[in-house]
Amino acid sequence: MAVCIMVIVKENYPFYVRSIPVENELKFHSVVHTSLDLVDEKISAMGKALVDQRGLCPGLLYPTEDYKVYGYVTNSKVKFVTLVDSSNTAHRDNEICSMFWKLHNSYTDVTCNPFPNPGDRIRPRVFDNMVTSLMTQVC
Amino acid sequence: MEAAAGGGCGSGPPLLSESEQQCYSELFARCAGAASGGPGPGHPETSRVASGAATAAAGPVADLFRASQLPAETLHQITELCGAKRVGYFGPTQFYVALKLIAAVQSGLPVRIESIKCELPLPRFMMSKNDGEMRFGNPAELHGSKVQIPYLTTEKNSFKRTDDEEKQQETQSPTMSPFASPPSSPPHYQRVPLSHGYSKLRSSTEQMHPVPYEGRQPLVQPEGPSSGGPGTKPLRHQASLIRSFSVERELQDNSSSYPDEPWRITEEQREYYVNQFRSLQPDPSSFISGSVAKNFFTKSKLSIPELSYIWELSDADCDGALTLPEFCAAFHLIVARKNGYPLPEGLPPTLQPEYLQAAFPKPKWDCALFDSYSESMPTNQQARDLNRMEKTSVKDMADFPVPTQDVTGDDKQALKSTLNEAVPKDVPEDPATKSGLLPPPPALPPRPCPSQSEQVSEAELPSQLNRAPSQAAESSPAKKDVPHSQPPSKPIRRKFRPENQSAESQEPSTTISGPASGASVKPHPTVQKQSSKQKKAIQTAIRKNKEANAVLARLNSELQQQLKEVHQERIALENQLEQLRPVTVL
Repeated sequence: MAVCIMVIVKENYPFYVRSIPVENELKFHSVVHTSLDLVDEKISAMGKALVDQRGLCPGLLYPTEDYKVYGYVTNSKVKFVTLVDSSNTAHRDNEICSMFWKLHNSYTDVTCNPFPNPGDRIRPRVFDNMVTSLMTQVC
Repeated sequence: MEAAAGGGCGSGPPLLSESEQQCYSELFARCAGAASGGPGPGHPETSRVASGAATAAAGPVADLFRASQLPAETLHQITELCGAKRVGYFGPTQFYVALKLIAAVQSGLPVRIESIKCELPLPRFMMSKNDGEMRFGNPAELHGSKVQIPYLTTEKNSFKRTDDEEKQQETQSPTMSPFASPPSSPPHYQRVPLSHGYSKLRSSTEQMHPVPYEGRQPLVQPEGPSSGGPGTKPLRHQASLIRSFSVERELQDNSSSYPDEPWRITEEQREYYVNQFRSLQPDPSSFISGSVAKNFFTKSKLSIPELSYIWELSDADCDGALTLPEFCAAFHLIVARKNGYPLPEGLPPTLQPEYLQAAFPKPKWDCALFDSYSESMPTNQQARDLNRMEKTSVKDMADFPVPTQDVTGDDKQALKSTLNEAVPKDVPEDPATKSGLLPPPPALPPRPCPSQSEQVSEAELPSQLNRAPSQAAESSPAKKDVPHSQPPSKPIRRKFRPENQSAESQEPSTTISGPASGASVKPHPTVQKQSSKQKKAIQTAIRKNKEANAVLARLNSELQQQLKEVHQERIALENQLEQLRPVTVL
């Protein structure tokens, strides 16, 4: 079950953070930040492979003791990083990737809204709801 | 209690009907409550008897009278007449008389004692927040000024149906101008501070808005005992309409029992919205792009989060642009919000695009304006593209490698011809010009350069240029794809592309109005994506070219410098040689 989902923009700062439970957010921030390097590394390593329809899914970035970190990069260098509880080892990459694709779709829907400037927090509730559902459903 | 009028003061308390009785006594109680701890309410007789003990404090009374919105002079007259001046205080009798006089004046009768002898409607008092006076006529609803009303319904007649208008009037909403004034007072809306900023928007059709303002007023007409209202009759007609819808709503929350009512768009409103739409976008069957809509709605002076929420609600297909029904829905929500309605959680059914389309079918829509539609569509596509970059890039990854290679020629073509306009206009244009323009840019020959940097930059340039089209997607893997097959295949593909595009541009026109997702949209996003990618690619290419130019210019100057030095050395050496030679020759 995903404990944290973060959307990180091109400039490598978090655009949207959602974590359950909330009090560990700081820890998640640092974990995600350090894992950004891994994302970039994997992307450059993957090269031109894996340019599939829906975006780059490097998948598992790094397993820590408590969590596994999964990453995903969109075409415009927006990264989604998620931390998943290590206890749920049954996750396969595909599942994670499909979760990321849903996230991405929702994110693009959000981006279509011209009113909030890019860089503002993602306020829309639809996105929130979707993220919550993803987080609880990914088990 | 009618007979109670007897004795008392010289003005002789008028015959009070029961409703009047009730109202007056409540008012009296209110006014006197603070002062004297409450007079004996209800019966003028008892109050009269105890008139010495019960007086209405001058302060609240004065406030109340002011709330009746009569001119000060009239109020003075009334005060005199009712005897308060004489006796020095507002006893219940005086109070009732005064109220009756106020009612008389509001009904247009002169300020005379005789006026109060006849049957009169209840006096009407403007709500003021401070007083918490209820709009008269329904003491039962006096339940508190605290009831927040999302007052002004600027909404046109739909708000006649909108229930909730609780009476609560806030003083800042002068549209609820005194009922005493005829309902049809259009300019009132001008005074509405909320819509003031918006009135700019509506400059052309402002007359439409006063209508709803008036329509609003009757809403406030409370039901119930306020029966005796001849003065309110015209309002009542409207009110009765509303009442049937809004009876129980008046005291309730906005969106509970008649969820649709505030959100229903009337014909007038619709006309207005359509006009506004047209002012932004001449073709009623096409879109307003996000940025255009943003500018427009920002004028309404709502906060950005609210606007974004409204957008979120109204852009049903999440495509970054508003079709006419979406636009109407958004506009409607904005107007509602400006009138104080809280925004709904979800798009109300009456605002759904399908509903709107069905309810108000515009003949122009479905008819084959698709011709112009498809023309305007590329424009729209482009505008929308700018907003949809993410989306199209998501959806089109599969198509990505193929179009990218085609894109180059189009990029340059589009770049050169219409840098600032909507690029896709060029997209369907003839391939001939494209082919002409295409070869030069990538054909920068790598010059054999002495310096390392030059070589490097030169090498970079072609690959950069080749990569530029793919830049749009900013996907590094794709970049490497492109250079390989690009040069040879470009001319061929360009010829194919227009065919594709003309086919595609027809296809998307049918799918645009529907939700833009799924395979059917693929050709459409392809075109969009291409044009957006083109633009980005072009810009990137420009940037890179400029950088390369700068580098090369620098190198050039350095080399020139070196050349000069070398020349000088050479001359010096030759001189030395000549000097030396005769010696050896000798």
